[in-house]
Amino acid sequence: MAERWNAGVIPYAEMGYWEPDYEPKDTDILCAFRITPQEGVPPEEAGAAVAGESSTATWTVVWTDRLTAHEHYQAKCYKVDAVPGSPGQYIAYIAYDMDLFEEGSIANLTSSIIGNVFGFKALKALRLEDMRIPPHYVKTFQGPAHGIVMEREYLNKYGRPLLGATTKPKLGLSARNYGRVVYEALRGGLDFTKDDENINSQPFMRWRDRYLFCMEAVHRAQAETGEIKGHYLNVTAATMEDMYERANVAKEIGSIIVMIDLTVGYTAIQSMAKWARANSVILHLHRAGHGTYTRQKNHGVSFRVIAKWMRLAGVDHIHAGTVVGKLEGDPAMVSGYYSTLRDNHTEADPARGLYFSQDWASLPGVMPVASGGIHAGQMHQLLHHLGEDVVLQFGGGTIGHPMGISAGATANRVALEAMIKARNEGRDYMKEGDDILKAAAKRSHELDVALATWGDISFNYTSTDTADVVSTPTTAG
Amino acid sequence: MSSNSNSRGFGMTATPKAGQPAEPPAEPAPELLPADAQVDLTEVRRETGIDEVLDSLDRELVGLSPVKERIREVAALLLVDRTRARFGIDSPTPNLHMSFTGSPGTGKTTVAIRMADLLHRLGYLRRGHLVSVTRDDLVGQYVGHTAPKTKEVIKRAMGGVLFIDEAYYLYRQDNERDYGQESIEILLQVMENNRDDLVVILAGYADRMDEFFRSNPGMSSRIAHHIDFPEYTVDELDQIGRMMAEQLGYRFSEPALTALRQYLEHRKRQPRFANARSVRNAVERARLRQARRLMDGSAPRVGFDELTTLESEDLLASRVFSAAAEQDTMGNE
Amino acid sequence: MRITQGTFSYLPDFTDEEITAQIEYALRNNWPLSVEFTDDPHPRNVYWEMWGLPMFDLHDAAGVLMEVNACREAYPRHYVKVNAYDATLGRQSTMLSFIVQRPPDEPGFRLERQEAADRQIRYTTHPYAADRPTGERYDGS
Repeated sequence: MAERWNAGVIPYAEMGYWEPDYEPKDTDILCAFRITPQEGVPPEEAGAAVAGESSTATWTVVWTDRLTAHEHYQAKCYKVDAVPGSPGQYIAYIAYDMDLFEEGSIANLTSSIIGNVFGFKALKALRLEDMRIPPHYVKTFQGPAHGIVMEREYLNKYGRPLLGATTKPKLGLSARNYGRVVYEALRGGLDFTKDDENINSQPFMRWRDRYLFCMEAVHRAQAETGEIKGHYLNVTAATMEDMYERANVAKEIGSIIVMIDLTVGYTAIQSMAKWARANSVILHLHRAGHGTYTRQKNHGVSFRVIAKWMRLAGVDHIHAGTVVGKLEGDPAMVSGYYSTLRDNHTEADPARGLYFSQDWASLPGVMPVASGGIHAGQMHQLLHHLGEDVVLQFGGGTIGHPMGISAGATANRVALEAMIKARNEGRDYMKEGDDILKAAAKRSHELDVALATWGDISFNYTSTDTADVVSTPTTAG
Repeated sequence: MSSNSNSRGFGMTATPKAGQPAEPPAEPAPELLPADAQVDLTEVRRETGIDEVLDSLDRELVGLSPVKERIREVAALLLVDRTRARFGIDSPTPNLHMSFTGSPGTGKTTVAIRMADLLHRLGYLRRGHLVSVTRDDLVGQYVGHTAPKTKEVIKRAMGGVLFIDEAYYLYRQDNERDYGQESIEILLQVMENNRDDLVVILAGYADRMDEFFRSNPGMSSRIAHHIDFPEYTVDELDQIGRMMAEQLGYRFSEPALTALRQYLEHRKRQPRFANARSVRNAVERARLRQARRLMDGSAPRVGFDELTTLESEDLLASRVFSAAAEQDTMGNE
Repeated sequence: MRITQGTFSYLPDFTDEEITAQIEYALRNNWPLSVEFTDDPHPRNVYWEMWGLPMFDLHDAAGVLMEVNACREAYPRHYVKVNAYDATLGRQSTMLSFIVQRPPDEPGFRLERQEAADRQIRYTTHPYAADRPTGERYDGS
């Protein structure tokens, strides 16, 4: 034992960060890291190094450890499994005592767990695959400002996915023209329209002008349909002060929802979640930038971890993949994200990339948003893969309709309601999907034209991020 | 619009359409049989599984031959209606509301449960469950209380059988403002308008039911099948007793069988006799005495035979015998 | 205009068979159903009048349809909707809600604008029907 404290460098595994006999406590935060050690580094040592670098250790022995109950604060790597089919990759399981983290702070949690360790030289690559957040720690967070159930009760919309569209083109529309797109889409049958992530306050359209025109559009559409409508006003800005100012104006002029981008940072997201709850405004989060660290399978942070953090942080909506659209998303993986966002309890399920069981202790669910290259002709697949508690956003699939934006919105709504009706009637809607849509199109010219325009478009690429237990990558079907 | 296929952008792959878009398949309408077709009725019986229900009725219910006869008639009618429908012959939905009259313990509830199952198998009822109620479940105690109560029960019974035991309590001759009348009116309406949705069975003593129907001609006219449940003969009661014992894992010894018969002859003449229910009680009490006899007995070692055999003394200790003896003595005097 | 509240407002009005199929879906999920009616279709009118209590423990859709028809008969010119409710933990909310009757003529809503400072506008949605006292709306005259 005495050698443990001799000055110099000793392996992390021998410093107490590798404890194969450790039994994780119910209160521990557990992480599953995918590690790719440099040649010659044993996986246990690599796992211990990750545990050490993400908790108490530094590269050398320090005597000041002896002034602390250091064993309590040391993260413990308790298991390392080789990844089947991927030589050189391992999953390292690491347990952290809850005392390592400040209550209710995503910033503190992430500074520890993904703070320094990702640049660590002993590893070629490192990916945080999943986290088990114990209910004790979950309860220190606010959670979604409203959650799925409250949002539905507020909108008075039940039994079907919600429909949305992102205003296009992304850039360049004047505030007045922008509001026209919003009005047409909402009036035609969508529940929501949305600012794009990079619509903030640029020279061609300043934020306050956009807000005023959009709210005219929202209220007009509401009066024309008798339904509650919303437009996600993007309040993303350079400073917290600017964001609060924009959000307050949005609230004052009657917007039921605002949005922020993931790029604003975890602390700003938590601040806006508090604001959203205090002001009864739904909070939409666009996951702008996430692909830079979620997409590659061997390095970065899995989106399911981001999803968990965002549920704790307290957003009401988050983009979580479409399965069938133009953006990355393996069906099994996306199904795992959706469960993570919506369910009160998820069982570990390696086929869906869920490494741990997770209990949310009644923290409300986050409404996932499916956006990007989807259209009415895929309605059966969308319902099958994504379920009912989801916002389906058809941007191009609404605005690009040959008969106009309003017709595009109507086509999507008719297709959706027809599919829900068929599902509830007990029909095999996945098999009969095309027939159900065609039958509905007989009574809706708008849907008929939409199907003729996009009915046969699909995006079948192999996903990069798939479950390890599935030998062949899955494509949407 | 047609030029749209040329404007597909990066990453979009079109799967070619196979020919013209097909018409959505029409609902698979049941194919009508031609007029000269032949249908094997045994086959139809097998498909519906009604023989299972009828057989189990025969097997498990002793006696009741007039009841079983009526059930067979109803089953036959529905089966023939189904077969007629396959030829496109329209048969109006038959009225199947019933009254079951008879003394307590003559099998009315049991038959009603079987009836619900049978009507479900024959496609007459969508669910085939039984909701059994009495006046208290239907009639309220305050103004405005009765209609919601009755409707609540009716809604629960939809798709199955509503069994109203001692239905005559719904009507109180001495009180014109009794809320029961309100319940009867709602029932009448449902019996007329929702024939496809539920079957109502009214049950009770024959004489009181007759009186009820006399005072409520509307109810009487909506009941198509009056089925009378006869009193069991001693032979039938005897058989019922043996079956019940067997179901509980017992048998009667030879002397016990003689005692059982004597017991039933006496009991039948005594007050508050309730047919099969009285037999059940007798068997239950015999079990108790047998257990006591084994525990108190001189031989502490018992085997399979001892544990499963009811002896005559288990029955003869009954008060039925002492009461009968008393009666005889009094008669002799 | 046609008010598009409810799960199925963009489809043609349901027949009794189609309503029954949706009720059966709710019953298969063990969701109790209820019937509500109103003559104030304001999008934020949350509390329509209850046509009796929610119906628990039903086996068959006919009982619900019976109440739907009774409500339609009693209020032939009101909006009537059917709701299905899920009482399980984590939901405890409505799961399905669709309109089964509309007034023959739906006049819709007036959007009132109150101009305020800074180009702000305060909006109020006002049902034309609400100009008349409740019970006298949608009488077709």
